[in-house]
Amino acid sequence: MPLATVRTRVEAAAPDLHGTGSRATRILGAACLVGMATLLMLAFWLTNPDERVDEETNIVTGQFDAVRLLYVHFPVAIVTYTAFLVTAAGCIMVLWKNSTWWDNTAAASAEVGVLFCGLTLVTGSIWGRPIWNTWWEWGDVRLMTTTILFLIFVGYLAYRRTMTDPQIRAKRSAVVGLIGAINIPIVYKSVEWWENRTLHQQSTLAELKVEDLTLFAMIFGMTVFLMIYVWLMVHRFRIGWLEHQAETAGLAVAIAERRAQAPDDIRNAVTDTRSSLPDSGVDT
Amino acid sequence: MDPIMREIWAVARKDLLIEARSKVVATQVLPFALVILILFGLALDADRSTLRSFTPGLFWVATLFAGILAIQRSVSVETSSAAFEALRLSGAPGWKLFAGKALAVALQLLAIEAVLGLGVVVLYRASFADPVLVVTAALAATVAIASAGSLYGVLAVGMGVRDTILPMLLLPVLAPVLVAATRAFDDGLGTTAVNGWSWCALLAFFAVIYGTVGALAYAVVIEDA
Repeated sequence: MPLATVRTRVEAAAPDLHGTGSRATRILGAACLVGMATLLMLAFWLTNPDERVDEETNIVTGQFDAVRLLYVHFPVAIVTYTAFLVTAAGCIMVLWKNSTWWDNTAAASAEVGVLFCGLTLVTGSIWGRPIWNTWWEWGDVRLMTTTILFLIFVGYLAYRRTMTDPQIRAKRSAVVGLIGAINIPIVYKSVEWWENRTLHQQSTLAELKVEDLTLFAMIFGMTVFLMIYVWLMVHRFRIGWLEHQAETAGLAVAIAERRAQAPDDIRNAVTDTRSSLPDSGVDT
Repeated sequence: MDPIMREIWAVARKDLLIEARSKVVATQVLPFALVILILFGLALDADRSTLRSFTPGLFWVATLFAGILAIQRSVSVETSSAAFEALRLSGAPGWKLFAGKALAVALQLLAIEAVLGLGVVVLYRASFADPVLVVTAALAATVAIASAGSLYGVLAVGMGVRDTILPMLLLPVLAPVLVAATRAFDDGLGTTAVNGWSWCALLAFFAVIYGTVGALAYAVVIEDA
């Protein structure tokens, strides 16, 4: 649908609408910016590089400055899982209650989730270069399964675009999303299942609890990225809702436009016939 | 025959009969599978030791690619002449239709795998160190691929772009099956020392998951196919 048409129809459906922002989202957005600035301060200045000195040999080991990237990588990964879990919940609700609200939520969360999943892969890759000495490690199963998760949800988003009927799209993409979500526990459990083939640490939090500020930065990062997720979700959800309004209103507007094109006598004839029919109870 | 099996078999038999008469899989998909094997050989510089050690992975990639075509064929016989409407009018519940369609795909996949198996023995000099493991793993993987494939095939029905969306939807979901089947074959063909039977158990787990999800979801999906 051309953008101008969408705009006309949305304006017809919601005349007092100005963008997808509201007072609440602007406050949340400002909080996200402040939080992000604080997180960067924590990551780059307030926390120390990861250095561990072996007391017998005096050899210094650790992740050094690369550990700072984990304050982004780990929270982003957590948000990815959260987003796909929300999508899964949405898919279940669509199949159970046939709910448009949940279909819209599932789609919005999948889109934001794919963004965060991509960020997880990119930040992980950048972190892996100094620590694992490679951008990409085929042997690491959590990396592999996250990649597969990324591809599955890219497929989910592509699949949604292939259908125009909102009802059919909701139901079918719910099935696709749910099967994709079955992959999440496989991703999460993969370290245990394929343990002998992985480089990933069992638990990043457990390793970093030595320093209180490190742990705090990690949890703070998680909060900031969850706030960004919510902010993006609200906007994406509102866009999706307006698209839905435009789709539904679109048909009524199109019929009215087409009817207006008819010559007067035909239009009058149609109107006359309809008014002479007994009330069928169907709302026109 | 047991009445439950009779309906499932009726659906599967219909598809196999269409294949017996049209010979699309036999004359197009099977040769394509062999073409893939030969292309791998050419791409890997016909290095025999490389080919032999990569046989399990190449075998399953070839099976998946050829399987996509078999699944597309299984869907296209239903979409032409509104055959799917007639199938739904038969009154059989969705899960039985699913089981029948998946069974037919699985049998055709097994035929493709048998030819590919012969192909890797002749072309890549593969040998079966543990034939029982190879056959068991192949059966479990085939059920998983046919189940997921039959569900995703029908999900793509009625859209102009189904030929392009199906591989993108199906192959990432089947990636864990590819890993497990390759590992099981590593042991079965004696190329890598791994415990093939535990990977085989994982394949059986995938087969159960995809089979159950497919049977449950099929009824929902075909309502508006």
